[in-house]
Amino acid sequence: MPADTTARSSSWRNSSGDSGGITPRSGPFLLRHPSVMVFIALLALFTLGVTILSEGFGIGAISTSFVKTLGKTLCLCLVALAMDLVWGYCGILSLGHMAFFGLGGYAIGMWLMYARTEIIVVESLAAAELPPTPQEISDGIAAQIFGVVGASEFPPVWAFAHSLPLQLAAVVLVPGLLALVFGWLAFRSRVTGVYLSILTQAMTLALSLYLFQNDSGLRGNNGLSGLQNLPGLGDMPQSVVSIWFLWASALALGAGYLLCAWIVSGKFGSVIRAIRDDEARVRFLGYPVEAFKLAVFTVTAVIAGIAGALYYPQAGIINPAEIAPIASIYLAVWVAIGGRGRLYGAVIGAAFVSLLSTWFTGGQAPDVNLGFYRIHWVDWWTVLLGLSFVAVTLFAPRGIGGLVDLIAERRHPDRHGADLGPDQGALREKEADQ
Amino acid sequence: MTTLLEVSGVSVSFDGFKAINNLSFQVAERELRAVIGPNGAGKTTFMDIITGKTRPDQGHVRYGDKGASLLSMSESRIAQAGVGRKFQRPTVFEDQSVADNLMMALKRDRGPFAVLFFRPSAADRARVEELADEIGLTPALHRKAGELSHGQKQWLEIGMLLAQEPRLLLVDEPAAGMTPAEREHTTDLLKEAARTRAVVVVEHDMEFVRRLECKVTVLHEGSVLAEGSIDHVTRNEKVIEVYLGR
Repeated sequence: MPADTTARSSSWRNSSGDSGGITPRSGPFLLRHPSVMVFIALLALFTLGVTILSEGFGIGAISTSFVKTLGKTLCLCLVALAMDLVWGYCGILSLGHMAFFGLGGYAIGMWLMYARTEIIVVESLAAAELPPTPQEISDGIAAQIFGVVGASEFPPVWAFAHSLPLQLAAVVLVPGLLALVFGWLAFRSRVTGVYLSILTQAMTLALSLYLFQNDSGLRGNNGLSGLQNLPGLGDMPQSVVSIWFLWASALALGAGYLLCAWIVSGKFGSVIRAIRDDEARVRFLGYPVEAFKLAVFTVTAVIAGIAGALYYPQAGIINPAEIAPIASIYLAVWVAIGGRGRLYGAVIGAAFVSLLSTWFTGGQAPDVNLGFYRIHWVDWWTVLLGLSFVAVTLFAPRGIGGLVDLIAERRHPDRHGADLGPDQGALREKEADQ
Repeated sequence: MTTLLEVSGVSVSFDGFKAINNLSFQVAERELRAVIGPNGAGKTTFMDIITGKTRPDQGHVRYGDKGASLLSMSESRIAQAGVGRKFQRPTVFEDQSVADNLMMALKRDRGPFAVLFFRPSAADRARVEELADEIGLTPALHRKAGELSHGQKQWLEIGMLLAQEPRLLLVDEPAAGMTPAEREHTTDLLKEAARTRAVVVVEHDMEFVRRLECKVTVLHEGSVLAEGSIDHVTRNEKVIEVYLGR
């Protein structure tokens, strides 16, 4: 019986990659999932390499601005990981996860801006004859921060901005609570598929439009700026700070990867992939599908928030345009190009596409002269990205990550057609076509 | 025998079409029952009502020792209460291995947190192997379910239902697309399953139903037309007219 030989080879084959599974296998987590170990090792090597080549800690072969670009890319990889978990594994095409990313950025940005302005205000008031009262300091900070939108008082949302621990808690809680409430409302009404995607787009659009208003309390379209300057460390050069953030981002990405790999490796991963493939069937197995979706949606929103909190201090500025619907669509495109349903695919997609995007839109890409027309990549990059997305969707649904299957010979026929012969294990229609 | 499931006076209409019309039906503990009827008789809708997929316009569905109403429960709660359902087309999770499919179906805590921290015990693994043996899929335990043949997928789904340890098993056209040998095996499995739980089989194929050797309910236009042994209902004039005649 041909099934026997396939069974044996596939049981070996299954042991690699992070497609997970709860089939009996023993040993420590990392040994059972070699791809996780490889990823962590590569990430550590990368971080070490950049550090050695950096201006702050090494030989100076990489400029500080490029170190920041790499650090930001790691954060984008982390949010892509979250997107892969919610879309690639659980099948929820959320087109609003960059809203959670932005909220994380705003939460940390408020403290950064408050604390740095406080130092400046205290310094300038120190010259006065009488020591300034707390109220005077507070008013001074408010005038500094909100002068640009014509206000001079702290809006209620800034109540905790003076406290780093509270704002760090907000990085996790604000995106988490928003996702919990939004997800609860959407999932319990059984909103799925394209309708859910549209709803998440509406959420991110509404949030972005709200933040654009001057009286939103977050400085309207000016956003929060000067975030690259760490309060109290004003004399620390950016070349050093950038490496700190690179390390922090790499650490967060590594921890996020471990967490996601652990989540998808066990029965939970099995259930959410089952929800992706046939939600109704999972319900009849007795699993509360909505609770699982809500859990995944919320956890990924928190991961996105943490990624945003690490990203924006490296970017230096956050404004409501960052939460525009298109940002979340880009996120989905990265994951699709990288290969959804596999964690390393999301990381590869986010790193590859965002770095390429930086190169094309930074004006470094050489123009292409067609004789009758000159292609300026700054203008044409989005078109190229769109075309690649269409091409990947049509011709390589497994994305860049699918190449790993070819190398590892993990590829096996899609046996979805009808039996061609009467025997068990006979060729299927699709196989015979190949 | 005590009553496990009691459907009384249930009606459902879709856009004015009465799919189920004042249907009453009872199944006892550990009873094997066949439900037959021509296309459009309301067999699938009947199953949808019991499993919570469709809400009836009126009537009651009571289940279990305390006669709890299934109508106020969600699909997943009904499944947890012990109602298992096998769909007409085999619906297994093709992207996952046979072992994973079975492990997911095993009767364990279904909450997200319990599932997140779940690690299969030796007993769980042994049970999965035992089930695989029962459905003849031991050699394919680590193959993806999508690679299985149609018949094997049907087996896997039956195995998953057994893993759920339901008190009431609803089976929709189990013999569809099976070879004669596979049908015979299915008959044995269903009879075996009915020793420990109630099994309701919805079927088209009269020969298959005959081999089940059980009480038969004939549905027509959303209500019960006749009920009794296979010989009894096949002699019924009305049944011959709507179903067997032609």
